[in-house]
Amino acid sequence: MADESIKNGVLDILADLTGSDDVKKDLDMNLFETGLLDSMGTVQLLLELQSQYGVDAPVSEFDRKEWDTPNKIIAKVEQAQ
Amino acid sequence: MLNLQPYENPQYFLYLIIALLPVIIGMFKGFRMHWYESIFSLVFLVLIFDADKWPQGKALLGYVVFNLLLVYAYYKYRTRKGSKNSTAVFYLSVALGIAQLVIVKFTPLFQHHNSILGFLGISYLTFRVVGTIMEIRDGSIKDLNMWKFIQFLLFFPTISSGPIDCYRRFVKDYDRIPDPEHYAELVTKAMHYLMLGFLYKFILGYIFGTLWLPSVEHMAMASRGGAFLGLSWPVVGVMYAYSGYLFFDFAGYSLFAVAISYLMGIETPMNFNKPWMSYNIKDFWNRWHMSLSFWFRDYIYMRFVFFVMKHKWMKSRVSTAFVGYLVLFLIMGIWHGETWYYIVYGLFHAMLINLTDAWLRFKKKHKDFFPHNKATHYFAIFMTANAVCFSFLIFSGFLNTLWFH
Repeated sequence: MADESIKNGVLDILADLTGSDDVKKDLDMNLFETGLLDSMGTVQLLLELQSQYGVDAPVSEFDRKEWDTPNKIIAKVEQAQ
Repeated sequence: MLNLQPYENPQYFLYLIIALLPVIIGMFKGFRMHWYESIFSLVFLVLIFDADKWPQGKALLGYVVFNLLLVYAYYKYRTRKGSKNSTAVFYLSVALGIAQLVIVKFTPLFQHHNSILGFLGISYLTFRVVGTIMEIRDGSIKDLNMWKFIQFLLFFPTISSGPIDCYRRFVKDYDRIPDPEHYAELVTKAMHYLMLGFLYKFILGYIFGTLWLPSVEHMAMASRGGAFLGLSWPVVGVMYAYSGYLFFDFAGYSLFAVAISYLMGIETPMNFNKPWMSYNIKDFWNRWHMSLSFWFRDYIYMRFVFFVMKHKWMKSRVSTAFVGYLVLFLIMGIWHGETWYYIVYGLFHAMLINLTDAWLRFKKKHKDFFPHNKATHYFAIFMTANAVCFSFLIFSGFLNTLWFH
């Protein structure tokens, strides 16, 4: 899968979950500190990534510091491909 | 025989620092004496559980032997070739892991004395065991070294009340020798935390808990007659005095535990991050007793929500979150103890956090409804702090005394 399509796909998921297009404008914004993503949103994100990209990230692998910006999440998905 | 309870008085720190000198000097010279650290931990452990505390010591020994076998057995089961990773085995392991704690917590309901299986720190050891079992289940812990697991489980500075660490993070610190520059930073921080801890626990905790609390409690009891539900202004005093005591006492203890961990080269996570500056209750739980609330978040709430959504038990995200919070805070209440006020404390927090979620959803839809400026921000902080203090009044059990004694 081309990197660009992963990037757009992940950003679409994030925009949908956070209910805000801000995530597409600033790819280094902190999703947790801004309150855009909470535990609930995180679980939905993990489930979406699992069903759309086959990213297998159990809850205990989820370290907030490694997943706190759109860019980091995109990198995680690309890594898992 | 000498018995020393952790961090109970300033002398204790003198003993600790003297005993830790070889560790500190070693770290500065770039080597680490694991054998000495183990002996140090063992000696101070024995000092907690010896003499008249020996019955607790026996309960601890039994707990450790049983749970080491349990974790080892589950690890072997989960990592052997072609492991079925059965859900039933996982649930059984978790059930066995919490069994002793459940017995200890429920015994006072049926008997007038505490369970003989109880010991100082049983909750915190159980959190570590169950967390480890869950990470083995997830495949996150791929190799478990039993000797290091014992070090982790019985890590002396945090044994009595946390902060709760996790195995993989602990081992990363345990295996490395911090470079002298980094270690110097840790020592500086440790000294700062010790001083702050002294201020919190031995001065402010004492002022709130020993000087103020009993006198406002006395006033509240004296003026309960005739008042609605026995409520009078001194009850408000009890609320603030108890909240101040609870925070300074526990935050002080936590600073000690983190400081001593740092001296041993282990960067135990912090427990408090300016909780009184929280602007809502969700923010509060990200700042208050963090290692516990993160444990509940990661091992109960998120897993519950994950499970429910994966199996499509509930369609709506809102009701899933609602039930998830209810489960989390009910378990937290039950864990504190089997009294009505701990359970109500849990339910109260579940209600607060659900209301907060509803409010946040409302604000997202009506962006201009409520202005965001400095004044509203401080108003939010004020409201949150008071809601929290009210929850601590419930938690304190004082209402039980006020109404039923």
